[in-house]
Amino acid sequence: MQALTNRSKVVAKKEMTFIEKLYLPAIFSGMIITFKHFFRRKPTIKYPEQIRPFSGVYRGQHVLKRDEIGAERCTACGLCAVACPAEAITMTSAERKPGEEGLYREEKYAATYEINMLRCIFCGDCEDACPKEAIFLTDRKVDSLYTRKEFVYGKNILVESKENPISLVKRQTPQVKEFKHHVEFAHNQTYDKQKKVKNSSH
Amino acid sequence: MTLSFLIYKVILVLVIFAITLLVATYSTYAERKIAAFLQDRIGPDRAGPFGILQPLADAVKMFMKEEMIPSVSNRMLFIIGPGVCMLTACMTGVVIPWGPSMNIGGTEYPLQITDLNIGILYLFGVISLGVYGIMIGGWASNNKFSLLGAIRASSQMISYEVAMGLSIIALVMTTGTLSLGQIAADQPGAHWNVFIQPLGFLIFIICAFAETNRAPFDLPECETELVGGYHTEYSSMKLGFFLFAEYINMFISSAVISTFYFGGYNMPFIARFVHDPNWLAVLGFVFLFTKISFFIFVFMWVRWTLPRFRYDQLMNLGWKVLIPLSILNLVVTGGWMMRMEIYHFFIK
Repeated sequence: MQALTNRSKVVAKKEMTFIEKLYLPAIFSGMIITFKHFFRRKPTIKYPEQIRPFSGVYRGQHVLKRDEIGAERCTACGLCAVACPAEAITMTSAERKPGEEGLYREEKYAATYEINMLRCIFCGDCEDACPKEAIFLTDRKVDSLYTRKEFVYGKNILVESKENPISLVKRQTPQVKEFKHHVEFAHNQTYDKQKKVKNSSH
Repeated sequence: MTLSFLIYKVILVLVIFAITLLVATYSTYAERKIAAFLQDRIGPDRAGPFGILQPLADAVKMFMKEEMIPSVSNRMLFIIGPGVCMLTACMTGVVIPWGPSMNIGGTEYPLQITDLNIGILYLFGVISLGVYGIMIGGWASNNKFSLLGAIRASSQMISYEVAMGLSIIALVMTTGTLSLGQIAADQPGAHWNVFIQPLGFLIFIICAFAETNRAPFDLPECETELVGGYHTEYSSMKLGFFLFAEYINMFISSAVISTFYFGGYNMPFIARFVHDPNWLAVLGFVFLFTKISFFIFVFMWVRWTLPRFRYDQLMNLGWKVLIPLSILNLVVTGGWMMRMEIYHFFIK
């Protein structure tokens, strides 16, 4: 039969020679191999002291972004929840009342927004699905906690604070931003721009 | 027998005992470190600098663990087992010459607890008693795996003791003495027995691996087949005793190999530079420990290089290879020693 590849080797069961039967040369060569490993550089990373640098596009704990004036961008459309393959996201929506324009960007906002971090698989589909540039995955790790309930993160954890906005520079590289200038994402431009667009359309 | 002599002996016994325990303790650390380094890891490095306090942490762990005695076991024998193991392991250090005699104020102070004129015989007697601890412990556990491990241990030790004894007989023939002190003293400079008895040394070191139940002969406690072998049912410090006895045995085996075949406390060219007997004794002690450390390293090196033997391979090697080889060694040694007589016999 013709072999499909030339990688196969014919195994022959042949008698061992006297030297091979002694085993000692084989043992010594084995010991030399292990001895060489003795002086190899160890790839170990001593974790608490040394932390391996994350990749720039590491997908960790989510953040709900605010816009330039500090209003929550999320409009509770539910696209992220639909996109989520692990069904980790739930939310309830509410209507913005007059005078809350500084708090919520759109007329509708998420009254509650919960992500179950035990269900989440950190795929980033929610980020892709979001039409309002509201939800992003960051390079932060999810803390270890004691109970399952604690892993259901609500808005108090997910929404970034006005004082310390979460930087997305690593994930939102220039290439990504350029991609988002595509006409499909026109609605994602800044608040003022969008107003202009609205006005002009009227 | 003066009082000062008695006090000296007591101090020596205590010091040797302490050193034995210390070396065995740090052998566990060395084992883990060497295993790690041979496998491209770092090993324990959390307790103290470079993990130097790791044995202490291990000991604390061992003491704090829950002590369990199976209800179906033979309670007394179950407790005696590890004790016997530990006792026999510690007893072997008695006849080893740790250095040449010290001379303080005109009195000789030998660095050997007792120079028995049948030292080798004593050594072998005590070593073969060591199997009782394993056997008793394994049997008293009332557990199939323990019993299997114990049976393996005893049959392995018995078969390898034969080859070991035969290789030593050849050594005794060339040295003409059974006293370890005399054997060490007869190898001044680089006149080591390993050059006279290379085959004997090879057989001896292989048997030493088997006697100490270390890889590639660690069948009595092979985790993959017998859970833990003879110490499956043991926990807490009783388990610690079994493991610790193994390290003491390794230390003593290394000391015995160094004394028998590598000149013990002797080192080439040292007599030219140092003449003071006390300094010679101290240096001899250091040399001996260097050799012992090297052999302990070899023990570990081999353990983390070679896979375990299969049981039938083990018995084949013991009975069909090592024993005929050691008998051959015996005959050749005897023939060489009697070469003049043989020569004259055939000439006349």
